[in-house]
Amino acid sequence: MEIMTFDHHIDIPGTTLFDGRQAMKGYQLNKMCYSFNHKENREAFKADPEAYMEKYKLSEVQKDAVRSLNVLKMIEAGGNIYYLAKLAGIFGLSVQDVGAQQTGMTTEEFKAKLKAQGE
Amino acid sequence: MAKIIGGLTTSHIPAVGNAIANKLYDDPYWKPFFDGYPPIRQWLGDHKPEVAIVIYNDHGLAFFLNQMPTFAIGAAREYCNADEGWGIPVMPPYPGYPELSWHIIEHMVANEFDITSCQELPVDHGFTVPMQLFWPDRGPDMPRVIPVSANTVQHPIPTLKRAYDFGKAMGDAIRAWPDDINVVVLGTGGLSHQLDGQRAGFINKKFDEMCMEKIVTDPLALTKISRVELVREAGAQGTEFLMWMMMRGALSEKVNPISENYHIPISNTGAGTMLLECAA
Repeated sequence: MEIMTFDHHIDIPGTTLFDGRQAMKGYQLNKMCYSFNHKENREAFKADPEAYMEKYKLSEVQKDAVRSLNVLKMIEAGGNIYYLAKLAGIFGLSVQDVGAQQTGMTTEEFKAKLKAQGE
Repeated sequence: MAKIIGGLTTSHIPAVGNAIANKLYDDPYWKPFFDGYPPIRQWLGDHKPEVAIVIYNDHGLAFFLNQMPTFAIGAAREYCNADEGWGIPVMPPYPGYPELSWHIIEHMVANEFDITSCQELPVDHGFTVPMQLFWPDRGPDMPRVIPVSANTVQHPIPTLKRAYDFGKAMGDAIRAWPDDINVVVLGTGGLSHQLDGQRAGFINKKFDEMCMEKIVTDPLALTKISRVELVREAGAQGTEFLMWMMMRGALSEKVNPISENYHIPISNTGAGTMLLECAA
């Protein structure tokens, strides 16, 4: 059942508020990412990502988003950026790399954009 | 009686933890940020507060979506930092003050703030980075700490008014503690930033500057900002400004801004640093 009344964020372009609806959708993906606080779990994921995703019962859509390391697709599938950051960490991606990917820029272009907002 | 002598604000960006580990204080990228701290450390050295209330938001170390407290108060003898998954150095434990924690908890619930009490609370970068910035040498003057965490991970998050009122009730609780101790309150996080979505990289200097002005002169005006407006103006993670509102609520009505600094960008964020001294 869709809960439309939680959706109070439609008027902020490029922004998905992580609310109850997203929290329900993304629970398994976020739970997997939360497990990456522990080194042995990061190692287990690296050794066999498919088995690790299966263990956490990710949906096919979530698995595809992780396989392609596509952050926008992960968010679409209910991912929360604070937990996704732990997955990004496994791949050595900084928040600027993640920002660049989501905005279709190079990391250098993204950093320049950040700097320009202070000028 | 306990006295709240001032409030401190700072961003708590994880990259700062790495910059400290690599001693990048004079690096051209970092210097404008780190330059905001020596005047505040000087003031802390002069006043030597015995206790620091550190208001931050857990980012997925202590709390997961299985159980997400809106407001949580630490009540532990010590608080341990832990691996968060992306390699910033793990800090040694910080000494707590559980007797004062329970005094605050009793007072908060009696005043209808139904908080979550935590006898174990792993503290993440939101807590450790501010402690490193204000007490870098962890010397004998480093105060005992009480961490207070508010939910900004999952909506619905608290309103700015609720955050401010929470701070007011907490300030009353601290001032009712019978021992003659000096207390500082840290409001950490922010200012504007957004990590996720096509709007990632959004920073709003004008809004941040308005917040830094009004937090001194007219915090009640800030309580009128709706949560959706806060996300729109400060970015999805700029909601951390709630921590500043909680801090401000705990201070006296009048405060003197002793020191302030603002710099864009640190990582993806507009970084605001302030020292607000409580009027005598």
